[in-house]
Amino acid sequence: MGGWLPDDVATLLIDASYLLVAFLFIMGLKAMSSPVTARRGIVVAGVGMLIGTVMSFLYPGMGNFPLMLAAIAIGGGLAWWSGRIVAMTDMPQMIALYNGMGGGAAAAIAAVELLRMASAQPDAAAAHGPVVTALAAAGAFIGSVSFSGSLIAFGKLQGLIRRSFRFKGQQFVNLLIVAATLAIGASVVVAGHPTTQTIVLFFALALLLGVTMTLPIGGADMPVVISLYNAFTGLAVAFEGFVLENAAMIIAGIVVGSAGTLLTQLMAKAMNRSLGNVLFSGFGEGEVAAGGGVTGSLKPIEPSDAGVMMAFAQKVIVVPGYGMAVAQAQHKVWELCQLLIEKGVMVRFAIHPVAGRMPGHMNVLLAEAGVPYDLISDLDEINAEFETADVALVIGANDVVNPVARTDKGSPIYGMPILNADKAKNVLVIKRGQGAGFSGIENHLFYLDNTRMVYGDAQKVAGALIHAVKAAG
Amino acid sequence: MEGVIALYIVMLAAFAGYEVIARVPVILHTPLMSGSNFVHGIVLVGAMVALGGAGTPLEQAIGFIGVVLGAGNAVGGYVVTERMLEMFRASGDRKKTKESA
Repeated sequence: MGGWLPDDVATLLIDASYLLVAFLFIMGLKAMSSPVTARRGIVVAGVGMLIGTVMSFLYPGMGNFPLMLAAIAIGGGLAWWSGRIVAMTDMPQMIALYNGMGGGAAAAIAAVELLRMASAQPDAAAAHGPVVTALAAAGAFIGSVSFSGSLIAFGKLQGLIRRSFRFKGQQFVNLLIVAATLAIGASVVVAGHPTTQTIVLFFALALLLGVTMTLPIGGADMPVVISLYNAFTGLAVAFEGFVLENAAMIIAGIVVGSAGTLLTQLMAKAMNRSLGNVLFSGFGEGEVAAGGGVTGSLKPIEPSDAGVMMAFAQKVIVVPGYGMAVAQAQHKVWELCQLLIEKGVMVRFAIHPVAGRMPGHMNVLLAEAGVPYDLISDLDEINAEFETADVALVIGANDVVNPVARTDKGSPIYGMPILNADKAKNVLVIKRGQGAGFSGIENHLFYLDNTRMVYGDAQKVAGALIHAVKAAG
Repeated sequence: MEGVIALYIVMLAAFAGYEVIARVPVILHTPLMSGSNFVHGIVLVGAMVALGGAGTPLEQAIGFIGVVLGAGNAVGGYVVTERMLEMFRASGDRKKTKESA
């Protein structure tokens, strides 16, 4: 396809287009950092991707075009279809899946390059110096781990894999796999002329490592892991970019690698977990003691009374948790809030960084229900406002409003930043039943004097509250 | 590519990535992770080059899988990011869309 252009012209055009691609990617990501321009940002980055893809058909000396077009149609078509139909609640695992595909693609590039070295004459193989070979192998390793690890993360969040597999000495086994993979990789680099069997073994071990690394990690920690694999894939893409001397891949890969690393740290911090802690220890299994020392009792209230309480409030802060999304109550909750706003009540949404299944996920779910983003505040913005709120309405959230995180040094969630819902004059908690949160820790908020419990399905309770507010005239 | 030049590119790109993300509000973290996931979908281009130069049937098969996966990363990443960001609206925007509806 590139044959109708002289090679040097084609190369120049491709290089120029990649410069534009890198520019559009960075501009797009920058625009995505504000809700006002975010939509424009993804479109800008999308234009960059389209340009880069189309121009790459011009590469001199390429063949296999029918195969290439078929592969793009199959991969793109399936991804487009699945991306359109996925529910917003399932977004985290879809991101994991698409990310894993990127890691797999980077590994495939490395595999083709290494296999070509294996089949070439010894003197031709020398065209790839040891540095390039090492980068190809490093990208293959990271990309493979990201591929199989992301698939496991997808399976766990999708509910296909329900158990966390742990056994004694697991870390030791993982370490052995890492050492073996690195040793084989090093031998490939030193030899410069690997056998096909060595390459297959190398990839098999790297893929296995992704599986054994991810299987023991609990579902609650998965967002951090997905974010980490996102950064991994970025690095793998950059390494393969060096191998192919492709500037667009190097820049895009490194930008994502660095941004992804930062994002991973931010998430881990918001969850009060260090990255090492997430990767090397399970959560919610074993020695978590149900926090004792709860005083007071759970005081239920009827939705009708709760509705009246909100209708005559001046300021209501809603604290939504994943329980609200599971009950699909966000539309009803927003309907309730619109009623309150019409009555002159000031309504705010307070979002904890780990509300939902990954940071920012709850915002997406609220946006889907139609809640404008300027009514939504994050933890740092809203925490001082709880003292002036008449009602804090906690819906399906638990650990993120548990005051023991501030007070009880023995609690596993001690030190985790929480929303200070307990500082509001009245706290209403909508909750399915009386059980503890995913961590199994008793929530002291529920037992406070100013807290009332509204039991029931979040969607039904929100409907009842709407009735009560309307009746309160 | 000259090794030192490549290192310059890496350093500058790393700073760019860090700076761009450092100012992102938490409310956009999920779409942003998805957006950066889309950006490394550029791996598609590399997979195309790998498949384009593949000779043996084994290389062709792996190259083919690479392009399928790369295209999935790029297209899927775009579709879900766009869907999420499309929903973010300010109070003012809402009224506008209501009136026009």
